[in-house]
Amino acid sequence: MAHDAGTDTPAATGGEGVRRRDFINIAAVSAAGVGGLAVVYPLVSQMSASADVLAESSTEVDLSQVEPGQAIKAIFRKQPLFVRNLTPAEIAEANKVDVATLRDPQTLAERTKEGHENWLITMGVCTHLGCVPSGVAEGEVKGEFGGYFCPCHGSHYDVAARIRKGPAPKNLVVPDYEFTSDTVVKIG
Amino acid sequence: MSFPWSKEYTPSHPLMVWLDEKLPLPRLVYGAVGGGYEVPRNLNYMWNFGFLAGLCLMIQIVTGVVLAMHYGGDTKVAFDSTEHIMRDVNWGWMLRYGHANGASAFFVVVYAHIFRGFYYGSYKAPREMIWLLGVVIFLLMMATAFMGYVLPWGQMSFWGAQVITGLFSAIPLVGDPLREWLLGGFSPDNATLNRFFSLHFLLPFVILGVVILHVWALHIPGSSNPTGVEVKSESDTVPFFPYFVGKDGWTIGLFMLIYSAFVFFMPNALGHPDNYIPANPMQTPAHIVPEWYFWPFYAILRAFTVDFLIVPAKLMGVLAMFAAILVWFFLPWLDRSPVRSANYRPLYRKFFWVLVLDVAVLAYCGGAPAEEPFVMISQIASLYYFLHFFVIVPVVSSIERPDPLPYSITEAVLGTDESAKLDGNG
Repeated sequence: MAHDAGTDTPAATGGEGVRRRDFINIAAVSAAGVGGLAVVYPLVSQMSASADVLAESSTEVDLSQVEPGQAIKAIFRKQPLFVRNLTPAEIAEANKVDVATLRDPQTLAERTKEGHENWLITMGVCTHLGCVPSGVAEGEVKGEFGGYFCPCHGSHYDVAARIRKGPAPKNLVVPDYEFTSDTVVKIG
Repeated sequence: MSFPWSKEYTPSHPLMVWLDEKLPLPRLVYGAVGGGYEVPRNLNYMWNFGFLAGLCLMIQIVTGVVLAMHYGGDTKVAFDSTEHIMRDVNWGWMLRYGHANGASAFFVVVYAHIFRGFYYGSYKAPREMIWLLGVVIFLLMMATAFMGYVLPWGQMSFWGAQVITGLFSAIPLVGDPLREWLLGGFSPDNATLNRFFSLHFLLPFVILGVVILHVWALHIPGSSNPTGVEVKSESDTVPFFPYFVGKDGWTIGLFMLIYSAFVFFMPNALGHPDNYIPANPMQTPAHIVPEWYFWPFYAILRAFTVDFLIVPAKLMGVLAMFAAILVWFFLPWLDRSPVRSANYRPLYRKFFWVLVLDVAVLAYCGGAPAEEPFVMISQIASLYYFLHFFVIVPVVSSIERPDPLPYSITEAVLGTDESAKLDGNG
């Protein structure tokens, strides 16, 4: 019965089934296997981002110098960050688009903070393969939809940095951020 | 292959006899690339590229090991140490230009070697394993070349690393964590450069190991030949030494002439000026292109611009690019024609040249900017590329009527073969 299971096994009886040597074999191979995995784990894990890389977590950006219609490039986690002050005309243009027709459907309101709809803050990293799109500085190519254009593989983003044409699958990523005052944002 | 008439290694000097008993290394070399290896007598110049590829690997290992004595794999010093090699290290300019152009030379030679395989059906039984190992070598070469290009830490180095590691982020669910794991951060940085240097040093020796397997697998059935007819008798073969060692020596001379012309007279012809600008994570070059040998695959990557059902365009491009090489693994089973050489396959021969043209078009588009008409041309050429392997090759192999094959290699060379005659002596 259940309570005395184990006392009647072939090993204990010295019968045909599991012998003492089988047990030692399985135990030895199992211990070596677990030991091997225990060694592999740090060997794999050492390749992940190290503590100092992870420590570069947040950045503050001063918005006071950015006029409507202008944009600036800041640095967040060693990657470019686009901060754009949208004009009322650009906001109207972004809201005019039928969201259902977009590849990655999002409204401008979902991509900005309430009360700060004119501040479009996104990563400057194309969601295709990671190039920096152009369109921040004056005179740079903004693409067919007036936002950003990635020169590597031809992705066009609109004024709300939403993907409209080309190979990129997603809109430019909006990082976590908050307004610490009317003119300062804390990213990350 | 060891044919019944292959010569046996017979050391005469007492020292060599002693060595043969303790460690028969000279016996191994004699049988592998010496007088003991019998090869078909009709091999043409397309059979010289394997030996040349081995030479290129040696050039890369020798120049690479000495370059590593002067290079620093740290983002703060990588670019400057590369310039230090170019300006201050004795003969450093020659070593670096030799290494950079050596990579291009290696790919030229290997592409010729691969297309020789396509034309003469070298991948067919009993030589499938040689072919499969060859594709593995090619994949390892691509990884090694890519990581090597990152090391100078110029603009193209940095953005090449960004784009190529970005390919992995296309994989659903695990893509982004996988990419961060490969990079050791959120974007290419010191951790990335350091590990690429380590792997770039390691992989050539892995390639060397697979090359040894490749040559070992070759020596089991023996070399193929332009007729595709197997060796039948002693009159079909000649010993590798001196006949093909001599012929390979002659093509090595030709190769060195062309290679030296690049190293000494146009060392930057195949490079990009942007890579002489230090890496800047804030500024993407206006026109990112990989090195020329990746262009056909880069064109396939960029050809996918619209989503396909539930698969996003980005993932489609990445899958197609890898599939373009992985399909070669299946070639021995996609091509079911019993005739190996395209010399006797009139229909396949035409499609072979269309494929050559198609890959050339892809290469051109891969090096061109991502705009029309190049995007549309890449799309058509990519479609044809896959059509060739998945439809044309299997269909042609079943409907084609091959030309008559010669009885033997000897007959193909001399017009007659004594052993072909029915037993005239009664």
